[in-house]
Amino acid sequence: MGARETWRKFVNVFMFSLTGLCAFTAVGFLFFILGYLLWNGGRALNWAFLTHLPTPVGEAGGGMANAIVGSAKLLLLASLVGIPPGFLGGVYLGEFGGKTFSFLVRYTTDLLNGVPSIVVGIFAYTIVVLPLRHFSTLAGGLALGVMMIPIAVRSTEESLRTVPQTLREGALALGASKWKTVATVVVPAAGRGIVTGFVLDLARVAGETAPLLFTAFSNRFWSPGWNQPTASLPVMVFTYAISPYEDWHRQAWAAGLVLLLLVLVTNIAARLLVSGRMSVPQV
Amino acid sequence: MTATSNAVTVLKATEESPSLGRGATPRAQLDFKLRVAGLNFYYGAKQALYDIGLQILVHRITALIGPSGCGKTTFLRTLNRMYETVPRARAEGAVLLDDEDVLAMDVVSLRRRVGMVFQKSNPFPKSIFDNVAYGLKVNGTRRKGALAEAVERSLRRAALWDEVKGQLHKSAYALSGGQQQRLCIARALAVDPEVLLLDEPCSALDPIATAKIEELLFDLKETCTIIIVTHNMQQAARVANDTGFFLLGRLIEFNRTEMIFKTPARRETEDYITGRFG
Repeated sequence: MGARETWRKFVNVFMFSLTGLCAFTAVGFLFFILGYLLWNGGRALNWAFLTHLPTPVGEAGGGMANAIVGSAKLLLLASLVGIPPGFLGGVYLGEFGGKTFSFLVRYTTDLLNGVPSIVVGIFAYTIVVLPLRHFSTLAGGLALGVMMIPIAVRSTEESLRTVPQTLREGALALGASKWKTVATVVVPAAGRGIVTGFVLDLARVAGETAPLLFTAFSNRFWSPGWNQPTASLPVMVFTYAISPYEDWHRQAWAAGLVLLLLVLVTNIAARLLVSGRMSVPQV
Repeated sequence: MTATSNAVTVLKATEESPSLGRGATPRAQLDFKLRVAGLNFYYGAKQALYDIGLQILVHRITALIGPSGCGKTTFLRTLNRMYETVPRARAEGAVLLDDEDVLAMDVVSLRRRVGMVFQKSNPFPKSIFDNVAYGLKVNGTRRKGALAEAVERSLRRAALWDEVKGQLHKSAYALSGGQQQRLCIARALAVDPEVLLLDEPCSALDPIATAKIEELLFDLKETCTIIIVTHNMQQAARVANDTGFFLLGRLIEFNRTEMIFKTPARRETEDYITGRFG
């Protein structure tokens, strides 16, 4: 066996081990965080946590029912604000766009995606909180919704690009207009990917804390309607984790776990919703 | 635009036919479904077809043969203007469907009259039923009964009904390759096209599936005018009444199939069909 061959084999084994090790480290961190969260959050999680309001400082027990509902409302509003323009914008880019304008839109969405979340928070603060003179679910939902738009646009566009051109031609050749082709063949064929993109998008903003601090603010009580400050899980995690009370620390872990479960349930529900649909087999 | 309009006028007025010369039935007794004259085609600056002229008879099968890149698929896609999906592609010249100018008419109504089956079967990610009903639905047919009837009729015409009748709600992807291609034919037939264009419909199929589709074409001829692009010369010889030979963007020869294969008039045609090149 020559020296070159030995060297080649060594490099081969070395690179294989290195990539494998890095892949292991990548998932390792995730599993570590997940396990830590499950361990600490799971111990603090109980029925009262899900159904009761926070108790006054110094009083043990209580829960974060208002923050769970608050987060759910914020995410619902964010979806209503972010998904329609994100989806249709993505359809435009993927199916209709001309060169120059598409480039502009793509570039802008990438830029918007890079805007720090706290800046988006200032934006919502300025156009909703200041005129209304108080914090509200509305302002928080708007901030999160705006943050959802760029990813919704790009993930929709990417999903549409995976649809084979032959399907579009098949529909056009049957006398379907461009719009009919997109609406009845291309979008359904990409449906699963599009919905997965939205769910990931939602999961990303579900944990956003900074823009909520001065839009939705927080609330120790229920927040009826859409026009009052509301508690949310990420802000509760922040508030409780930096407090000096041991009991609150435990509840912060539980809140983190509930947030994770909320995202997980949404994810599973969305996948079930589209799993019955037929999709294009990958070739 | 004026060049095209002029060519159309000339073609309509003179009824001059450059094709089907030797041994063909006299012009007066023939009924042409498609007439093409002076057709030039460009992809951007690159010219793909040069001065194509031919006339296609109604209720016959016409095969287009020639080596890869010779323009036969481009020509086929001119007949239902599918080339319009390619940016900067354009056609100039006269293409008449009956007496209507193909290049100027409404593209949606053109494609309802001129159906197309593609090289690779492309069923939609829908059920078998919804695939066949698609063309009718986008054309505005909503009534359940009418749809069901048309789906059955089209599947029967495509010789697929007996194989799928119990499972119309199943995904089209559950079918085999040959069945998928026949499904695509059924889908095209559902809107009752006058002309059916087939772009190498059997190139991805085994001989048994190919034989089924060829058989099918003979039956469809009764109701449709069929134009088939094929790389397989035996297939052209088996199924086609007329055959056109394309080379480097030009129509070298167009005649009855037996003339093309037995006594080709042009040297290039003879070289190609005897396998000297291509």
